[in-house]
Parts: sequence; structure tokens; C-alpha cells
Amino acid sequence: MTQPPPPIASLNLDELATPPLSLAKMAWLRFRRHKMALVGMVILAFLVLYCIGGALIYSEKYANFNETSIHLQPPSLAHPFGTDTIGRDILARTIYGGQISLMIGLTAVLLELTIGIVVGALSGYFGGWLDNLLMRFTEAILIIPQIFLLLVMAKFFAGDIPDISFLGREFSGSVVVIVVIIGLTSWPYLARIVRAEFLSIKENEFILAARAIGTPTSEIIFLHILPNSIAPIVVSATLGIANAITLEAYISFLGLGVRPPTATWGNMLEGAYNYIESAYWMWLFPGLLILLIVLAINFIGDGLRDALDPRSRTV
Amino acid sequence: METHKLIEVKDLETQFHTPEGIVYAVNGISFFVHEGETLAVVGESGCGKSVTMLSFLRLIPTPPGEIVSGQALYREKDLLRISEDEMEHIRGKEIAMIFQDPMTSLNPVLTIGRQITEPLHTHLGLNKAEARDRAIKLLLDVGIPDAARRLNDYPHQFSGGMRQRVMIAMALACAPSLLIADEPTTALDVTIQAQIIELVAHIRQHMNMAVIWITHDLGVVAGMADRVMVMYAGFVVEEAHVEELYDNPRHPYTHALLSALPRVDRRRDSRLKSIPGAPPNLLVKPHGCPFAPRCEHTIERCGNENPPLQKVAPEHFAACWVDVRTGAPK
Amino acid sequence: MSTETPLVQVTDLKKHFPITKGIVIQRQVGTVRAVDGISFSIARGETLGLVGESGCGKTTAGRTLLGLYPSTAGQVDIDGHDLTHARGKSMMEIRRKAQMIFQDPYASLNPRWTVNAIVSEPMRVHHLINNEKDRQERVKELLTLVGLSARLVNRFPHEFSGGQRQRIGIARALASNPRFIVCDEPISALDVSIQAQVVNLLEELQDRLNLTYLFVAHDLSMVRHICDRVAVMYLGIIVEMGERDEVYEHPLHPYTKALLSAVPIPDPRKERARQRVILTGDVPSPINPPSGCRFHPRCPVALEKCKTETPVMKEAAPGHFVECHAVK
Repeated sequence: MTQPPPPIASLNLDELATPPLSLAKMAWLRFRRHKMALVGMVILAFLVLYCIGGALIYSEKYANFNETSIHLQPPSLAHPFGTDTIGRDILARTIYGGQISLMIGLTAVLLELTIGIVVGALSGYFGGWLDNLLMRFTEAILIIPQIFLLLVMAKFFAGDIPDISFLGREFSGSVVVIVVIIGLTSWPYLARIVRAEFLSIKENEFILAARAIGTPTSEIIFLHILPNSIAPIVVSATLGIANAITLEAYISFLGLGVRPPTATWGNMLEGAYNYIESAYWMWLFPGLLILLIVLAINFIGDGLRDALDPRSRTV
Repeated sequence: METHKLIEVKDLETQFHTPEGIVYAVNGISFFVHEGETLAVVGESGCGKSVTMLSFLRLIPTPPGEIVSGQALYREKDLLRISEDEMEHIRGKEIAMIFQDPMTSLNPVLTIGRQITEPLHTHLGLNKAEARDRAIKLLLDVGIPDAARRLNDYPHQFSGGMRQRVMIAMALACAPSLLIADEPTTALDVTIQAQIIELVAHIRQHMNMAVIWITHDLGVVAGMADRVMVMYAGFVVEEAHVEELYDNPRHPYTHALLSALPRVDRRRDSRLKSIPGAPPNLLVKPHGCPFAPRCEHTIERCGNENPPLQKVAPEHFAACWVDVRTGAPK
Repeated sequence: MSTETPLVQVTDLKKHFPITKGIVIQRQVGTVRAVDGISFSIARGETLGLVGESGCGKTTAGRTLLGLYPSTAGQVDIDGHDLTHARGKSMMEIRRKAQMIFQDPYASLNPRWTVNAIVSEPMRVHHLINNEKDRQERVKELLTLVGLSARLVNRFPHEFSGGQRQRIGIARALASNPRFIVCDEPISALDVSIQAQVVNLLEELQDRLNLTYLFVAHDLSMVRHICDRVAVMYLGIIVEMGERDEVYEHPLHPYTKALLSAVPIPDPRKERARQRVILTGDVPSPINPPSGCRFHPRCPVALEKCKTETPVMKEAAPGHFVECHAVK
């Protein structure tokens, strides 16, 4: 240690020696230490770029264009991922299917978050009979296997659904149905997490301090407690996206999901099981993409769990 | 008093490797305890007092901890060099430790009886009935009434003070020659604290056991310690016999601590004398005297050279470049 | 004290917590008598110490008297406002005038808020200063007042040490210009060398701003230093109350005597020579407090009638109240 220490006289003792460190910066420093989370970020960024950038090269018309004369062609220069049973280009379909899959993931989670946070927050903050009522209802939904609920609801809502247009794209209205049923069946876990967080955070002295100040209850819930329970919410929302994409793949694979010609990574697998050996390219590429995105999101979730932990004060 | 040294720690240095950098927890400290003597180790949180004890008991998790250098001679054996088997034998049998929070040191799902008799089986080889009789006697010794029945109780059925008594009973099970008490009364109320202090003092006399009592409270140890060692930022800054230390503190930190304490037995005459600033960041390699930034006697030398522990009076050592009585450099 | 009306007047305040069982339909199976009828008053500019061991109800008393827990019975009057019946606007008025400083400097500041947001909360909630910029100016003023640098307004709590955080908590308590502050063990979580800093700050602020404190603590040495009067609590009731030096030098209640004799003195000779009243046993549960005098099972001088008759508070010396059969 050759560096001379600063002169003592200039040390203002109630000054902080450390440079300012915002919570976001601190979280990023901790996130950075997770190599796998960084890998996950890179993969996710690549996949998003693939779905959005790819749309500039191939048009949606091309993706839905069928030419039975070239059906079941293995990968070639013209069709790098090959063609499916009715001659559609699989590469173009994975691009547009990816957009739908990602959108289903994001919107289903948004719905899950809304219900889960409201139920969990009310239950955790107010307690008493309201908590009892909401939690018994939540448990009632939890004990029914989610996949069973999904199938029943998918069957039930599978009437005539008009096509809709969103962000300049036309697609089957069944996408909305899938989003709603995934959202409606996924929130109980989140609600329980939020409730547990609220229960523990509301016992903190800073909540008592806010009450002593006279801060209104709504502010205590939304400005004090919610921001402090953000870590598990963000983590479970992240994992929720992967979960929703997988669930969509399940139901679509069983033929109850999003209807063609609108592609998703899930419904591209639907017809593929007949060709597991004869036309590997039909399931390999969409399957690989699902695998990659789910893995990437799980890695990121792991990193976020540590990075956002409010109890950890160190970098 | 016997003059035989039971344990002697020399130049102990312990560091922790954390993502933020190296934590310089213990920076080369030396001390000894005579047989049957009570040494009080006083310091604020983070001064390295607990880490010191855990280091020579080899209870520091490695990594992140690392004992960089030092010796700990216990009856001519260097605890830092012996085999893990030998250490197991000494730990718990010859050197016992009690902690601040007895609830976390007791297993909540096992009865007290089970937890006390276990070391009696393993270290002393007693059979079940013998161990049980011994356990009842131990509990009675530490002042737990109706001991035979309480053996079947679980830790949560005891109050905080009673749990600490159970911990003491367990520590005493193998009649250790050294008891390390790490802030055992900090979590307790004053009336219970008085009970525990009296209990330990009584047992110590009875069993001729040496005690290292770690605390942040200069009041607690005044009546029970033979010698006091004051620690700051991983260094020993002063060490003396208890009366000498309280009458004649020679390190500015000890001096300031004593004047910052309000007294229950005196009328208030003025504001308390406070020590400015806060304890140093242990992530920074110590340079100069660690107390210098908060010290009222600082001279230029303090910023550059860390003063060694020097003899200032017979059996009284302090680490300071300045004579606190006059404020002049030595 | 003086003939002036006291700032805080507490009469027979009780706070009982029900113990309930059952998952869906809850029924009450018992009552924790945390605070079981305490009365005292605090004059303007005075500091009253409320001492006792853990579980004696001192913290609950402090919180109930600020209305943070609804009281079970009794009356609290703060600067002319009746707290037990206050709602809406009058409650907000009390919230503005009466504030609290907490024990744990790590738990009492919202970790996701900046110092500016934390300290300006009372001004925002009470609409004292409605302009964001002016509020920040006031926050800087308050930080300087409590001995922190005004440049730290945009830092987060995790960047500060325990003592500094406690100062931020004090700045927040001062933000609404309160008259009365309940200090709930404000120094017990701090290091010894920091405790004196915070205590001195509290005293200085009291002098400057003419504050009135209720100082809830278990550290009897510190209470003697900072308080004008002391009230000793045991199992939900006040057993002795009086001027500081009077109580410390002539304690009358056997519990106070035992408590005082147990406090360590940093003086080896004095400490060795002391005669301690060592109490046996632990504090009984406040669910079923002992009959008669609540202290009788642990009392070294208990009489036969202590087991059955509840003693009444009497004035043993001017301003020195005690609740004990053995005191004439």
C-alpha cells in the first residue's frame, strides 16, 4: 500500500465516503455476477431480435402461404428450416409464431400480475375475514390441476371467434382466449407470494412510521409496501412468461390452442408428432426455440432473484 | 492467582474474502488467559472480538474466511496446526462456548435432555442413565428448578434467561477449562443479566475455569473480570487489569468510551461526551492508527503509523502515540 | 410541576390484545393485558422516561398513546386533542403534533425511498409545503439540523450507518414541527460510541425546539441521564413514578430497587462492593397476571395481603408515587 491516506483533518465524519449508489445500479452490479443470467439475457435479446428483425425479411403473407407441391421439404437454401405438411416455410413461421408466443407470454403475465397483486395485497394488508375469503378462494383454484382447467376452458370458449388485428397484424382471436385462460389460471401462486410479502413487510417499523405520520392507507400499500415486494413479483413474473409460453405450447400441441393459419411455436408442433422420424425439421426448430426461450428466462429469473433481494445490503 | 498461561494467541490475523473486497476483521492480535482467570474482551460491533475467538476455535467458515497467520497455543498445542479430530476433542470438551442468542444455538425440535446428554455420550462415554443423572445435576447447578421434569421440554418452553442457563449447563457438561461467553447477556433484561453474571462467577470459582467474556458493555464486566482487553477495528488498543483500566485508561478510545457512558449511580452533571464519527470501514486496509479519525488527541504521526501495543505501566498496555493524560506525544 | 396544563395527559389507558383461535370462524380464547391501566402526564418541554423489562408493555403503551393501536379503554389527551375519539381531521392534527422515533434504524426507513422522500413524507401528507422544490430545501435544513450533510438528500438508507440512519429517522419525526415525540428505545440498537451522539442530539433538539419527550427504554443509566421524571412499568402497570433523582436515590417499590441494583456500574470497586437484589424467576405472562399485587410472586418482601389485595397508587413523597402495600 503505497498510496498515502487522505489527511485526517479534511475527513468530515458525517459525510459518506462512498459515491452515490442507486438501488438500480446496485441491482445491476449483483445481476452482473450471475454469468448464466447474462447468457440468458443475450439469448433472449437474440430471440426478440429474431422475431422482430425477421419480419423485415419475410412477410406474414409468405409465412402463411401454402404450396402443397413443396410440402415436407427438408432444409435447403430456399427454405432454411424446411417446409411443413402443406408447404409453408418453417423459418418464416417461427418468426411470426415467435411474435405471438412472446405476446401471449407477456400479456398473460400482465393479467396474472393484475389479479395476483390485487388479491395478494388486499389479503395480506387487511387480513381478517377478507384474507380468509380470498385465500380460501385462491386455494380452491390451486387444488385443481392447471392443465385440466386450461383444457376445459379452452374447449368451453372454443366457439366462433372472429379474427382481430393488433399492432398491424391480423390473427386468430383464439390468441386472446389463450391469454385469458392462462392468465386466469396462473395468478394463485403469485397472489400467495404477494400476500406473504405484504404480511412480513407490513410489520416493519417504517410502516408504523408511515402510520404515525398519518400517511393514507392507499399510499402505505402502493408507495411503501408494493415497491418493497417488487423483487419476488418481478422474479415470478419473469418465470411466468416462460410458463405461459410453455402452457400455450401444451394446449396448442393438443389442438386446443391458437388456430392456424396464425402460427405460434406451440401450434407448429401440433402436426409434427406424426413426423418425428420422417421430418425432424418440423419439430426441431420450433421445439428448439421454445427450449431456448424458457431456459433463457429461467436463467434471468435466477439472476434477478439475487439482484433484487432487498434484504441484501451489499453489492 | 496462578500464573500459568492456559491459552496464548499470537499475531492472529483473520480476513474475509467478499465480493466487495477483503474484510480486514482481525489484524494481528495477541493475548493470553491464565488458568482460572476471567478476561473481558470489550469492543463495538465489527471490532473483531467474536471473530478472534471463532478463529482460534477454527469455527470460521472457510471460504470466505481465512486465518492468514498466527498461533493459538492451548496447553502447548497450537490449535491452528492440530488435526481436525484433535480439535473436535478440545472444542466442547476443554473449551466451551456460549452465544448471545440461545434460541439459535439450541435445536428447536429436540428436547433439552437429548441436547445436554449428547456431549456426555460422545465426550465422556457415559451410558444413558448416567448421562441423564449428570444432566439433571447440571441443570440444578445452573439454577433450573424441577430439572428432572424439564429435561423432556423443548427449547421454546423455556424463557430467554432459562435458555441461556441451559446453554451454560451444556457448556459445562464436560467441565471445560475455558469458557468463551460471546455477549451472553446482551439479549436479556438487566435483572436476568444479573442472575446470569452471578451464575457464571459462581461456577468459575467453583470449577476453577477460565472465562473469556465478550461484551460491548463496559459496565457488565467491571465487577467480574480480572483483566480487560479493549478492541477497535480488529486491533487490541488497550489491555490492563480491570481496576487499572477503569481508573487510568490510557488509550483515547477507552477513555472516550468510559466518558460516554451515563451512570446509574450518579446525578447528571452535563451532556455526555460523545465520540464523533463511526467505526471505520474494514474493507479498507488499515493505514495509521484506526482510531485517529475520531480521536481528539490526533497528531501527525497517527495518520501514517499504527502505534504498537506498548507497556505504559506495569501490566498495562496501550496502543497510542500520545499520552492521553497530557495530550503530548510520548 | 408547574400549574400550566400538561401537554400530554394519559388517564387509565388500557390496551388488551385478544388471543383468537380458529381458521374460518375466530373465537377469542384469552386476552393479553399488555397495558392495563396507566395514568401519567407530561409537562411541556419535559422528558418522561418509561422503563421496564421486555414484555412489560412499555412499547405498546407508547404506540397506543399515539393511536397506532386502538386503545381498549382510557383517555389520552395531547395538546388539547382527545385522541381516543379523534377521527379524520382532528386525528391528522394529532399526527402532525405527535411523532415517533423508532428502535431499529434498519427497519424504520423504507429501503426503496431516498432520504428526500423519507424526510419530506410528513410535509407532503400534511400539506405543510406543497411545492416539491421548497420541500427539498426544508429537507436539507432538517438534515443539517440533525448533523448530516445536506448533500445526502438523494441517497438511499442502505448507504448510511446505523447512527446516521437514526438521525434520518429523527429528521423525519421533526419534519411536521411536532410538539411531542415518543422515543421508542431510540438508542438500544446503536453501538456504544454512537449512543451518546444520538442522546446529545435529542437533548439539543429539545432545547432548541421546545420538544416534549416520552422516552421508552430499558437502559436505566441512560434514562437517568436524559429524563426529568421516570415511570417504572411492570406487567402492564406503572408501579412507581417520580422525579428522576428522587426515584434513583430513594426507590420505594421493591421492583424498582431490584431493577436499579441490577444495572451494572462501570466501576470495578463499586461494582464488587454492591449488594444486589437478585430477583428469582422470570416476568410472568401478561395473559394471566398474578392476583393482588402483580409483583408478589417475585417480591422479596411480599406480605400475605399482597397475594389478594391490589395495592393502590399513593404519593409517598411530594411527586413520588408508588403502588405497594409495604410502603406506608
